Amino acid sequence: MQPYSTTNKPLISDPAAPNRLTLIVVSLVVLWPLLELAEFQPWLLFKPENIEVLGNFLVQFIPPNTETDFLLIVLVATIETLAMATAGIALAILIAVPLGLIISNSLSISRIGPGSNYLLSKFARYIARFLMLVLRGIPEIVWALLLVRVFGLGPTAGVLAIAITYGGMLSKVYSEILESGNTLPARALLVSGSGRLAAFLYGQLPSTAQELASYTVYRWECAIRASVVAGFVGAGGLGQLMDQSMKMLNGGEVSTILVVFFLLVLLADNVSLLIRKQLE
Amino acid sequence: MSTLKHSMTAQKFCVKCLVILSIISGLIVWSFIYLGLNPIQFFSFFADSNIAPFITRFFSPDLSTPFLLRIGSGILETLSISAISTLLASIISLGLALPTAGRFGPYAKSISRFICNFLRSVPELVWATIMVLAVGLGPFAGTLALTIHTAGVLGRLFGETLENHSSINNTALINSGSGKVAAFLYGTLPGIYPQLLSYSLYRWEMNIRMATILGFVGAGGLGQMLFYELSLLREPKASTIIVAMLFLVMVVDAFSNKLRAAQTHSMG
Repeated sequence: MQPYSTTNKPLISDPAAPNRLTLIVVSLVVLWPLLELAEFQPWLLFKPENIEVLGNFLVQFIPPNTETDFLLIVLVATIETLAMATAGIALAILIAVPLGLIISNSLSISRIGPGSNYLLSKFARYIARFLMLVLRGIPEIVWALLLVRVFGLGPTAGVLAIAITYGGMLSKVYSEILESGNTLPARALLVSGSGRLAAFLYGQLPSTAQELASYTVYRWECAIRASVVAGFVGAGGLGQLMDQSMKMLNGGEVSTILVVFFLLVLLADNVSLLIRKQLE
Repeated sequence: MSTLKHSMTAQKFCVKCLVILSIISGLIVWSFIYLGLNPIQFFSFFADSNIAPFITRFFSPDLSTPFLLRIGSGILETLSISAISTLLASIISLGLALPTAGRFGPYAKSISRFICNFLRSVPELVWATIMVLAVGLGPFAGTLALTIHTAGVLGRLFGETLENHSSINNTALINSGSGKVAAFLYGTLPGIYPQLLSYSLYRWEMNIRMATILGFVGAGGLGQMLFYELSLLREPKASTIIVAMLFLVMVVDAFSNKLRAAQTHSMG
């Protein structure tokens, strides 16, 4: 092998190399303004005063704070987070079911043929779609930040923020699940004159109930993470506690809360998996 | 399949389902009671005049040109934070993926797996708070936070891709005398890079969303502007920023839907 490669020198160089080099240079030129905009200054990481502040904070992470008083506070906050996610998802379902049923094309009577109020139903569907987009397009933490201003600090804002974003999200997925399943039974019912709700209950729910429930449980699991994040702007639960400890630069408390957060996410993962297995 | 079962035999009364359902509804009711929330109260609250002035103040967005220009630069900042962090993270992940896929033995594999899991389990907002301490307020903190979190996520995904990829080409190159690095670059990378690229693009989409909100802890972008304006109680400006966020998310959504449709279309 050795003689082969030495006698045919051009063969061991990559014929595509010049092109790749040009590509790299061009992308670096494009990247440069982005780096400027993001104020990309890696040397800041090695500034002595920054290292000192961060070091002092991170050193406290070990050992985690395990005082009984503090653990009790964390436990209460954890239960609050769980309750926030559960209540939030329950309200989200209340928003999502009607929205999803309105949006879903498989339950659309106007799709079968233009009826008397064809334009009205089309208009209603557009409004519902727009509402859904706004609900889920704005991140939950923004909703939480706004709602904290209305309801004050505490879990109420968090629950409502989750209800709003997850309501939008669930309604989109519900309508997609309804459209992707077998739509013929519902269509047959609609064509022979049944109402939309009856067509849904008898034509679509039996075949899609498992998927709908399973997805809702999965979203509950995500809502736990979301309610911790929403807490960062003062919407209660573990997130609010973590934010307070962070602001006081109390590393021991932060590391305890982080460990509890990991355990909570792990627990939620397993519980949701268990429920979804039962549904199959 | 369940439809078929239904049509053949009527379902028997299911005690287990009833128990599970009552447990779940019990937990839901308990959650509301524990939090002291009364859903009916919300509606009376919204009906009260309390919220109306708040909303009306919000429905007069500030559309003056200088402010719109500032929002434009905020959007650009958000996009650069997400783009750079995704790019850096995918480069780091490529390095993490090799040990994660077990190329350097079982010890390195479990260590790098642990690193990936740790990096991605800590929420972005926590990383952002830590990075604000490390490099000060501003977009660079957000970039670092997203880079760290995304490196964990992509490291795992890249590692799995690498593990599932057949190593025939790689082995063939090594057996015919190529170096290890060259064998990876010419034998393995060409086979997996479309998958890596699609994972990175998907994470970029998520990072754009994240970059809009990381500013709440002072890590730059639109979020920092929103937090600032809301703290000064300037609702018209705040509502403009929220509309801009919504606009950004919608554009990204539409774009990625188009891209995904094109991708699945080309795959058949």
